[in-house]
Amino acid sequence: MHLAQLNIAHLRAPVDAPELAAFVELLEPINDLADAAPGFVWRLKESEEDPTATVVHDYGDHLLVNFSLWESIDALWTFAYRSAHLGVLRRRREWFLRMAEPYMVMWWVPEGHIPTLAEAMRRLEHLRAHGPSPEAFTFQEPYESSEAANLPAAAEARK
Amino acid sequence: MREEHLEALSLLHDPVRRSLYEAVAGSGGDVGRAEAAEATGVSRTLAGHHLDRLVEAGLLESGFRQPERRGPGSGRPAKVYRRASGERSVSLPPRDYAVLASVLAGVVDALGAEEKAEEVARAAGARLARGHRGEPVEAVLAERGYEPYADHAGDAGVGAGGRLRLRNCPFHALSQEHPLLVCSMNLALCQGLLEGLGDRPERAELDPRPGECCVSLALPPGSALPPDSKTNED
Repeated sequence: MHLAQLNIAHLRAPVDAPELAAFVELLEPINDLADAAPGFVWRLKESEEDPTATVVHDYGDHLLVNFSLWESIDALWTFAYRSAHLGVLRRRREWFLRMAEPYMVMWWVPEGHIPTLAEAMRRLEHLRAHGPSPEAFTFQEPYESSEAANLPAAAEARK
Repeated sequence: MREEHLEALSLLHDPVRRSLYEAVAGSGGDVGRAEAAEATGVSRTLAGHHLDRLVEAGLLESGFRQPERRGPGSGRPAKVYRRASGERSVSLPPRDYAVLASVLAGVVDALGAEEKAEEVARAAGARLARGHRGEPVEAVLAERGYEPYADHAGDAGVGAGGRLRLRNCPFHALSQEHPLLVCSMNLALCQGLLEGLGDRPERAELDPRPGECCVSLALPPGSALPPDSKTNED
């Protein structure tokens, strides 16, 4: 099983505004760092050519989405909090509005299966509505892939 | 009180075991029987016996290092030891600050009060420096359990003159649970400490890497700190 993660952020300004320039500049080096991180599997990209292009979607303006697959919770954690990515996270208030609700969700998917952004958004909604469970969880309350393996959603995707 | 923890810690009462534990823990990596025996001045057999007892008690972990040469005649893989990742603590009377610290970290999160938390951490760092003014920061960090060591490697990152890295995170469990908050507070604390010592706070920078503290300090050029200074002396 692979770990899917979605996190969203509300930008303080349009992504091409001067307030966001420092953030946009960091997109390429940090995405390169993720791509090279041990345990990285895949991430949703808007463009193969333009590293600063953020994912275009239907979930509202100013909403930034970050959607990726990893080999394990540890691999994702180590990239997020034990690489230069941590320094970028520390600056999040410069660019993003504070969110009262959970803005990050994880779940297990069968290897080789790439979930859609719509499914990812549904998982986040599930987490917000019901709290952490094997279908949608957080670093604070993680679930093992074995706990997710018997879920109907996973069985469906394996067919 | 946790019997198991007390039993594990009481193993360190034996001076040979204690120095073997310190030799392994202080190395920051895998240590073989021969190396540990040499570092502590006991025979390999005796070192092996005590190291295995420390593994049984959960203070060390063991593994095998593959020989450089493969195939017939290359010998068996060597048994190596490293510090176990689990924590051991005993408090009399029983105290549990970790649960409260975790709750308070949750409160800071809920309030979005990270900036305030960093401010308070910086002031706490300055308070820790009291009575140590003029002392080198590595001595104070060592005393606080950070296990500093000098890293002069080429890839040492920001700036010339190498980095003073911190092998141990004194807030490990909490930093796993609330990494962003705890690492930011730890950086602020280290900066406050430097300030309180009359040193430059900007020497401490966020420099996260797997398995170590998220902060490292710029070493002054030509710094004479030995590459692997012992930090566990009491």
